[in-house]
Amino acid sequence: MVLGTYKQITLGRSTDKQIQGISQDGGIVTALLTFALDEKIIDGAVVAGPSDEMWKPNPVVALSSDEVMAAAGTKYTISPNNWVLKQAVRQYGLEKVGIVTIPCQTMGIRKMQSYPFGVRFLADKIALDIGICCTENFPFESLKTFISAKAGVDFDLVEKMDIGKGKFWIKTQDDLISFPIKETHGYEQNGCKVCLDLVSELSDISTGSIGAPDNWSAIQVRTDIGETVFKQAVDAGAIELKPIDEGKFGLEMLTKLAKSKKEKAMKVIDERKAMGLPVPYKGSSEKEDPLANV
Amino acid sequence: MLAKIKQFLGMEAKPKELASKEEVEKVAEEKAKPRIGYVHLSGCTGDIMSLSENYDILAELLTNMVEIVYGQTLADVWEMPEMDLVLVEGSVCLQDEHSVKELMEAREKAGLLVAFGSCAATGCFTRYSRGGQQAQPNHESFVPVGDLVKVDCAVPGCPPSPEIIAKVVVAVINGDMDYLQPMIDLAGYTEAGGSDLQYKIVNQALCIGCGTCAMACQTRALSMTNGRPELNEDRCVKCGVCYIQCPRSWWPADRINKDLGL
Repeated sequence: MVLGTYKQITLGRSTDKQIQGISQDGGIVTALLTFALDEKIIDGAVVAGPSDEMWKPNPVVALSSDEVMAAAGTKYTISPNNWVLKQAVRQYGLEKVGIVTIPCQTMGIRKMQSYPFGVRFLADKIALDIGICCTENFPFESLKTFISAKAGVDFDLVEKMDIGKGKFWIKTQDDLISFPIKETHGYEQNGCKVCLDLVSELSDISTGSIGAPDNWSAIQVRTDIGETVFKQAVDAGAIELKPIDEGKFGLEMLTKLAKSKKEKAMKVIDERKAMGLPVPYKGSSEKEDPLANV
Repeated sequence: MLAKIKQFLGMEAKPKELASKEEVEKVAEEKAKPRIGYVHLSGCTGDIMSLSENYDILAELLTNMVEIVYGQTLADVWEMPEMDLVLVEGSVCLQDEHSVKELMEAREKAGLLVAFGSCAATGCFTRYSRGGQQAQPNHESFVPVGDLVKVDCAVPGCPPSPEIIAKVVVAVINGDMDYLQPMIDLAGYTEAGGSDLQYKIVNQALCIGCGTCAMACQTRALSMTNGRPELNEDRCVKCGVCYIQCPRSWWPADRINKDLGL
């Protein structure tokens, strides 16, 4: 199963006009976190918030809907959210923490929950893990380089970045510039090349734009916790749903991209093994399902 | 190793003809309470304090599930008895003949020897010792117990969290070898430190900047700079937790799926 195990797959978007205006796609992450905060399902959330530098995120503990909203929108560079988890529990004294994670961060959290060697009284305080789709990530200098040098856009003027329809999009006040996503290859961080997970297979709820029309998000509800929170959010009207298109631009696209990420990674994993380099995952010949995240 | 643990847990096959009811009851009675020893070498006692923080299971554990047969302050005995399992806390000081002797004897008398906590497993902060301190200025060389004896299983951490200790105890009692396997593998990880992240993860093109290492660090020796761990060596105690907790060092996929119900 290239999309991991899930209970439900659907399209969704936030019903809140304000969230729609500031979010990346359907505003699902922001909608879920603000709902969970308002309903006291969580008492704080670790998000990729703003820093002193434009487009360089800084992991922060958001305690209010406003702080969550200030972190809305995708930043295409590294935000070590897991780092701040301990701060959320120890300094902020949170008992129920929400967190937004990309697949590798989800994996770090789940490993810590199953094997909490040095992590004391934290594993059980993670109340909601919202995973986001991730094809690859860019070091901040990489992002700056391909936007300013390659696309020729003044980095400070960028209003929104997006990946969709095979292209990297840069929106400024006057312009919408794009270049093929293929041309970002070589700028991504190397660790992403062995990653077998596009859709945050281990999160409670995962979401992303792949397979969804503009301003909607595709959502997979995965764990029991995820199912409970998601149902509450939908019943309360925070999120509206419509069925995902099974066809070429819907589920088929999502499946295709998840599979191709896995296939590419397996090639790199096998090559690394042949060279004697360490890699935490099994080689093709060592596992039943050659595309499983193991 | 596997067979040894299975034997310890009473899982070894028994010839059918011998398995009379009395015999079974006797075995159950004997096996139900593994004989545990606790050897305290050079460490701060933090590991057993962490164990004792499992308030909810401790009384049940000590009264009904295990029998503590040896250990300073835990059992009133001088001679070390035969033990099914011995937990060793602390590294071993090569200049302290009593420590060396006790460790050797523990290895001889215990079916399984567990390096409990990072001092025993990796040497941890005792790695920095250079002697010259009261009350024993000649006590200079501290090494992980694995340098002197065969370690069957390691539970690193400075200290290991109460939760991992509870999980290990439950796994041992249930004979859950899959859960213990990473700790059997970690018995060989005796030279640890924050720089492992650089050598074994960043240098090897595996780091993705998730921040799990910096979150796990128990002394705040790690921070994240430009999406990579940055080590403050002055704070690092060489416990190994950052590398062990990294999602790119080893990956227990099956266990995680099971725990999540996926």
